[in-house]
Amino acid sequence: MAETLLVLAMLGVAICACVFRDLLSAVIASAVVSLIAAVLFFCLHAPDVAMAEASIGAALTTALFVIAIRKTTRFEEEEK
Amino acid sequence: MRGLIAVIVLAVLAAGLAFCLAEIPFGRDIGDVGGRYVEQGVQETGAANVVTSVVVGYRGFDTLGEVTVLFIAAMGLGAVLYGRRPSGGRREKPSLILSTGCRFLFPLIMVFGAYVFIHGHLTPGGGFQGGVIAASAFLLMYLGCGGKRIHRATLGAVESLAGLAFVIAGLAGLAVGGYFLMNVLPKGTVNQLFSAGIIPVIYIAIGLKVGSELAGIVENLLEVTE
Repeated sequence: MAETLLVLAMLGVAICACVFRDLLSAVIASAVVSLIAAVLFFCLHAPDVAMAEASIGAALTTALFVIAIRKTTRFEEEEK
Repeated sequence: MRGLIAVIVLAVLAAGLAFCLAEIPFGRDIGDVGGRYVEQGVQETGAANVVTSVVVGYRGFDTLGEVTVLFIAAMGLGAVLYGRRPSGGRREKPSLILSTGCRFLFPLIMVFGAYVFIHGHLTPGGGFQGGVIAASAFLLMYLGCGGKRIHRATLGAVESLAGLAFVIAGLAGLAVGGYFLMNVLPKGTVNQLFSAGIIPVIYIAIGLKVGSELAGIVENLLEVTE
């Protein structure tokens, strides 16, 4: 039951990450996807993968994306 | 028109995948390799963590390839950003909370990262996870401890020596027993820190290599001008 809710939440946040025009919000949403995936891996008795997912997906990749956004532009431009 | 072609291509791909996957029974172990790892991995490699016995023991050569891929990625980033001027002192001063938290948390995070990769053969985690945790400590330091830097030469030296240690551990197996990455050291008692032969040695090397590589990537990205 809890796992079903987590998967649904993950789907919702993943769609948000695709839709957001504000790239910072999109990056945070994809970090939340990674975090929920880490919790799911832990529920499925895979703590090694959960640690890798939490530290790489939720922490370091997010930081790298935020640095990249800070050096470039924050908002996605409309397609012409 | 392009949308239509894309839909047709996707439909063909989906049909092909469904056709192939329908043949494979879902959730049933069709090979006996996985069962053998789970049942005999601990006795054969001496590592209490079965995942580690697979990643470094049975599939150590693949792990060497993985580490090489990460090295090439870091080198590519360095090549792309090479020659840009560092962005002077335009950075904002970190707030009191960030700088105090950085000074307090940096050693704790480093110790935790080292713990994770030193105990990779006993507890969940290992070289990659521990290395990333150590790199996130460096990220915190770059953000919070205003101006503290690690020399690129130091990072490069740690990275190269760790990679060299991995290859030397593999070649030692080749020299003594006849195949690459053979476990030449005594296996010891399961669940002890000094057990599982060369597995902890290799995982410590991987942890140092991944940590210094990712710290270098973060530093490269933070330094570059926009």
